[in-house]
Amino acid sequence: MTAQHGLRHHFADMEQQRESATLGMWVFLITEIMFFGGLFAAYVVYRTTHYEAWVIGSEHMEFWIGTINTVILLCSSLLVALAVHASQIGRNRTTALYLWIASAMGVAFLVLKAIEYRAHYLEGSVPGAFWHMAVPDRPSVEMFFYIYFVMTGLHALHVTIGIVLLAVIGWYAAKGRYSPQYHNPVHVSGLYWHFVDVVWIFLYPLLYLIGHKKA
Amino acid sequence: MVVWMALMALMALTAGLSRINLGEWSTVVALIIAAIKALLVVLFFMHVKYEQQKIAWVFVIAGFFWLTILLALTMTDYMTRGYLGVAGH
Repeated sequence: MTAQHGLRHHFADMEQQRESATLGMWVFLITEIMFFGGLFAAYVVYRTTHYEAWVIGSEHMEFWIGTINTVILLCSSLLVALAVHASQIGRNRTTALYLWIASAMGVAFLVLKAIEYRAHYLEGSVPGAFWHMAVPDRPSVEMFFYIYFVMTGLHALHVTIGIVLLAVIGWYAAKGRYSPQYHNPVHVSGLYWHFVDVVWIFLYPLLYLIGHKKA
Repeated sequence: MVVWMALMALMALTAGLSRINLGEWSTVVALIIAAIKALLVVLFFMHVKYEQQKIAWVFVIAGFFWLTILLALTMTDYMTRGYLGVAGH
């Protein structure tokens, strides 16, 4: 159990186990790309067919909340990358600390997102029964907000899962479970968190920035 | 760290540019910046650049290739719908 600690019986050696875990995570992330890809396709179709409504909708976005949230996610991604590096050189405490800070930043992201959702609710830009915003071409602007809520909502769900994941992996790291030979869980969870970051990198300009060019 | 600083700089750039009217180019520039940021994250933070397995590269490229097909072929439909008249209309 010393050098081979953490090796599952169906793998020949640590190297094969590590490669399998990485590849498996990438396969999962590719299904996620397809999953979000469908939503991006819906976004592109409605944007090209109802461009004016998209500009109106985007002008109702909270520019600074979106910008601060982008900064938060990019910083948390850096921390996760540093955590993966720390786990590779066997520094479990540092790994745990970085992962927990990144996890807390995820919580901050969700808090800001919740404040933004509340503003939308008060403004009356939630599609359906709660809609009470006077705009030209209401169905198209509602469609913008519908796509906005589905995309950011699903992204927020992924962030929530990521927060729990990073916290748990951080806890395991604090208990000294990982070593330079065995740190797959840190690496693989890191991949997931970076993916969530990448989705937001595209959501931010597409949802928040189109309307401001006419300001 | 250098990668993170580049990401922050690009972030400030795209936020700042959104305040300036570049006309039709606004979206193009914003998306190019987003693509560069995504590429930096994937290559460095996600370790694809240092990945020893060639098969991981194949998977990653295939994933984005299918995404391109999804978006491009959808748009070839929607953007060309008005080109030909419909018989009987």
